[in-house]
Amino acid sequence: MTTLLRSFLQTLTGQSQPAATETPQPAAQPARSVQALTLEIAPNDPLAVYFQSSPGTVEIERLHLDSPALKVLKAARVKLIVPLVSQGELIGVVSLDQRRSEQDYSSDDRGLLSNLATQAGPAVRVAQLVRQQQLEAQARERMEQELRVARLIQQTLLPKELPALAGWDVAAYYQPARSVGGDFYDFIYLPDGRLGLVVGDVTDKGVPAALVMATARALLRMAALQFDTPGQVLAQVNNLICPDIPPKMFVTCLYAILDSATGRLHYANAGHDLPYAWSGAGATELRARGMPLGLMSGMTYEEKEKMIIPGESILFYSDGLVEAHNARRDMFGFPRLGQLLNEHSGGASVIEYLLNELKSFTGPDWEQEDDTTMVVVQRGEAEGGGKTASWQTIAAFSVPSEPGNEREAMQRVAEAVKDLNLPLARFEKLKTAVAEGTMNAIEHGNQNRPDLNVEIAVLVSAARDALAVRITDHALAGNKQMAAATPDLDAKLAGLQTPRGWGLFLIEKMVDKMNVISDEAHHTLELIMTLQGDGYAQ
Amino acid sequence: MPNNTLSASVRQAKNSTAIIDLRGEINAFGEETLNNAYVEANQAHPKIILLNFSGVDYINSTGIALIVGLLAQARKSGQRLFTTGLSSHYVEIFQITRLSDFMNIYPDEASALAAQ
Repeated sequence: MTTLLRSFLQTLTGQSQPAATETPQPAAQPARSVQALTLEIAPNDPLAVYFQSSPGTVEIERLHLDSPALKVLKAARVKLIVPLVSQGELIGVVSLDQRRSEQDYSSDDRGLLSNLATQAGPAVRVAQLVRQQQLEAQARERMEQELRVARLIQQTLLPKELPALAGWDVAAYYQPARSVGGDFYDFIYLPDGRLGLVVGDVTDKGVPAALVMATARALLRMAALQFDTPGQVLAQVNNLICPDIPPKMFVTCLYAILDSATGRLHYANAGHDLPYAWSGAGATELRARGMPLGLMSGMTYEEKEKMIIPGESILFYSDGLVEAHNARRDMFGFPRLGQLLNEHSGGASVIEYLLNELKSFTGPDWEQEDDTTMVVVQRGEAEGGGKTASWQTIAAFSVPSEPGNEREAMQRVAEAVKDLNLPLARFEKLKTAVAEGTMNAIEHGNQNRPDLNVEIAVLVSAARDALAVRITDHALAGNKQMAAATPDLDAKLAGLQTPRGWGLFLIEKMVDKMNVISDEAHHTLELIMTLQGDGYAQ
Repeated sequence: MPNNTLSASVRQAKNSTAIIDLRGEINAFGEETLNNAYVEANQAHPKIILLNFSGVDYINSTGIALIVGLLAQARKSGQRLFTTGLSSHYVEIFQITRLSDFMNIYPDEASALAAQ
């Protein structure tokens, strides 16, 4: 209300004046025409109530109220006030000084002023509303303009095309929210042929987020060329972005380097949503520890590895998906996401699948709350297999970690694969590899603890051209990548090396490919054997 | 526990050869049996010890290590180790591990005995 009063009084005089003091008129103006007065009446000022409830003119000198506004009026020698009231609301006043003739205002004068106020009140009210709407429209337009800029920055900096990697499928989906969050993704083509993959999210929305996103993207591109491992890249970007990022803003970011030739994915994570990888046992999160970028300099980022075997895929995404709410304000959430992904076998089709699930969760009238980003990377089948093919589990079992139980594992795997018509020699090799892998898991990974099981899964690619056996233990021996160093028989015979240490060496010789997949709590040895093609008849 | 623990018996053959007939699985559980059989075979100071694997259906990496141990002992005492009765799978494993560089592999006992 105080603002309305002020603006009306200013409109009346056509001038803006400092508070509540009479100021001399410029010399060019005739003296004492219309005085400029800025009056603020607080809502709890008794004068406000008085004006509101008393139609007609008010003689200021006769008023005796404990009112700051009244003091101002008296000091300004205001004689008469005519409140302008519209629909019971005080929207302004007409204030009059002493008449020039210094005579009192007559009852005719007062009648005229009262009539004027009755007419003017609603008219002024309409004018005020129109002006208010104009201001609001301008503010909206400014905001829309800002959002257009933010959207433009963001969309200009997103990849124009997807990487074309022989034997790989890459799919991406990006949908900004109306308010434009800070999501981004990027593909960085490294000089040695590897591909850098970035999925990130800047806290905050609009232009500030877009600018930070542009900065983070540029720094990532630069650091990706300077440093070899994903953890080093994130550490460098974090150190560079920390001094410049506005307070309370930060960037979560997953950076992975894919060697498309081997399927090795090397990744580090600056507090971003964990990617999911599909294997025969369903979808699992790829964990790596690290603080978001821009919170604190000098951070280090844990680095992890994952082998993506033919048919397998990885999903990278942002929180817009999991943090979507439905009409009942339930959140989509990670448990739902994990369960949905478990029921899917991965690949590019997961994007549409999740969008449909999201749609049926939120309902048709949903306004997207945050940006939604998904990137799926899938390795094609080894030998002309269907692009969307994946692995099917044909057997899964566990054995307690007691010496000798590798025989049971071997026999059960042999039973599981008997219909695959492996040539005898390869069948024997698979059995040896499984027995050795299980022995390692029992003795090292599970430290011979009978209360811990070794989990074994046998999988066949959908094209039935490859077989995988996954042997998982509890990683009690730590997760250092085991290297199958070639044992030196001469040194062993000369007593310079232990006669043992043949296990991994043998496994690697027995199968077409051996992968090691680990996280904090598990260590999985994956044995791959092709079911046709080169070397099949061996 | 293994369902097929190693057993071994020693025969003396002509030409200063001792034959150890092995039966069962060669793994950690067979260490004592194998070493005892080797000691027994050595009592007659043979020049050659022939390991007969025809009754063996499983050799794991620990078993390979035991055989490496036997080979190291034999070489120290100037003996030769021959093998027979290995399935083609284990022949390949002996080749991969290079055990076959130090132990002659024969398809059957007769050719092993005739070979020297």
